[in-house]
Amino acid sequence: MTQATGLAEAAAGPTLRERLARAVPIIVLAPSLLASFVYVFVFAIWTFYISLSNSSLLPSYGFVGFGHYATLWRNTRWKIAYSNLFLYSALYVTLAILVGLGLAIAIDQRVRGEAIWRTIFLYPLAVSFAVTGTVWAWLYSPNAGIEFLVRSLGWTDFTFRLTTDRNLAIYAIVATGIWQSSGFAMALFLAGLRSVDPDLVKAAQIDGAGPFRTYRKVIIPTIAPIFVAVAVVLLQFAIKTFDLVAALTQGGPGISTQFPANYVYDLMFQRGQIAEGAAGAMMMLAALAVVMVPYGLWLVWRRRRESGHG
Amino acid sequence: MVDATLKAIEADPAEALASRRYFLGRLGVYSFLSLFAFIYLLPLFVVVANSFRPLPEIIQNGLIGIPHSFSFGAWGQAWSSYCVSGTCEGMHRNFFNSLEMTIPATIISTMLGLMNGYILSKWRFPGSDLIFTCMTFGVFIPGQLSLLPWAFILGHVGLANTIGGLVLIHCVQGTSFTTLFCRNYYVGIPDDLIKAARIDGAGFWRIFFKIILPLSPPILIVSVIWQFTGIWNDYLFGVVFSSGRGQPITASLIGMASGGVNVRVYDVMSAAVLIGAIPPLLIYFFGGKYFVRGLTQGAIK
Repeated sequence: MTQATGLAEAAAGPTLRERLARAVPIIVLAPSLLASFVYVFVFAIWTFYISLSNSSLLPSYGFVGFGHYATLWRNTRWKIAYSNLFLYSALYVTLAILVGLGLAIAIDQRVRGEAIWRTIFLYPLAVSFAVTGTVWAWLYSPNAGIEFLVRSLGWTDFTFRLTTDRNLAIYAIVATGIWQSSGFAMALFLAGLRSVDPDLVKAAQIDGAGPFRTYRKVIIPTIAPIFVAVAVVLLQFAIKTFDLVAALTQGGPGISTQFPANYVYDLMFQRGQIAEGAAGAMMMLAALAVVMVPYGLWLVWRRRRESGHG
Repeated sequence: MVDATLKAIEADPAEALASRRYFLGRLGVYSFLSLFAFIYLLPLFVVVANSFRPLPEIIQNGLIGIPHSFSFGAWGQAWSSYCVSGTCEGMHRNFFNSLEMTIPATIISTMLGLMNGYILSKWRFPGSDLIFTCMTFGVFIPGQLSLLPWAFILGHVGLANTIGGLVLIHCVQGTSFTTLFCRNYYVGIPDDLIKAARIDGAGFWRIFFKIILPLSPPILIVSVIWQFTGIWNDYLFGVVFSSGRGQPITASLIGMASGGVNVRVYDVMSAAVLIGAIPPLLIYFFGGKYFVRGLTQGAIK
């Protein structure tokens, strides 16, 4: 019945109803498309323009050029924030991947209670950085946390003061970040390890490779794409680091654990220097581009190569 | 006979060595896992224990300790009577603010993501791949970049300082994530299935409801978990676009923790932290298994 009417309509050329039916996907997509377009492009250009304007407490649109970028880069606090970002990203991504891979390989050894182990390592991912930061700040606190515990157990000279030492506080943030995210790396690596062709592993074992060599030479190279995906996801977490610092150290002691995200927030909403804040936000985008552009190119290259082989 | 005994003597040390090696390997694996499990569980243990320990006991014995006596007072205070920035109503209002923000934003962004993913994978048109790439940029944009434009827009449409404004922000931002997840998942559904349905006369909506939606639970779970935990745990937009009693719980927790209180009320803080952490934790405990499975099936590629 429907088919018959369909044929009749087709014979008569595209009717209004048919044209409407063809437009449905675009009509449904349009609102999200518009919102995304505004969110991604209009907002970025808007913020870029504000960074070039003479705005202070409120946006204004007089053009002043790149002066705010120069002011930003003359500021010690910003320089510390930007170099913290690089130090933090490098350590956090590398170590979270190592811990995650270690845990995934350990769980992959046919251990008992796999689901329990997995849940234990994954649960921190569910919790906000606000919660994580608050609780770890307590644990790092000298007169109530880990130092207090060890001293009360009898080791009275024990010192563990990450968050009160200017040179060490950044490592407290790294350690806490790893605690939060290594479960995510573990979950993806574990899925990757499970997807490796068992025949490949068997072949390596028949060739006399021990478990260590099998992992190094056969299994880990096959899951290389997962390393890239995990690294990219973690890197963009790292660049957005904001609440962890706000809850754990508030950027201190002094200005030793400032991060770009925190400084931008301060400029915009605490000090009323929104143009300089916008310049900082653009610099965050630049840091992100350093990561995302090579990743995008790599994805394109891989797709081309795969379709070339197929 | 002699041969057999010889063989047994020969085999025994080798076998003993192998079983010793196996035993040591197991010991290594389990100690490694236990060490990390200890580190991972310590903070959870500390907050749960402290939320039931009386404050004098915490101050005297330190934050890490086994409760000697139980009290539920801290939970009551954290929920309904603790004073944050001048008002003494505890966190319950902030908790409900978070629910009011998270539930609609999760539902809307997930539904939009399902539709967008369906269109961008099964109703492709010229330029649809480019559109998809542009939409995924939204995943990576740092929130700081959008703060000033959002402030302007929310002010002009009358949503400044409201939960509705936060819902709008999270819908727009979240749709990039859900679209990415769903599109990558739907690409795995064979196109022939859709073609066959179209030959049978099924249209856009019929195919969606009869074919796509029944195949969607794994990615639906990923979207809901990702969105719910992400929106519930968001601090940046909460702290910028709401204040005081109107704040979602994650924002008010940091305000409470870094509020410059001299005497630390660790017991009430612990209960408050748990109140803020329980909803996403519950979601993970019940859905975590499906989350990982769904994530690797399509979301991350």
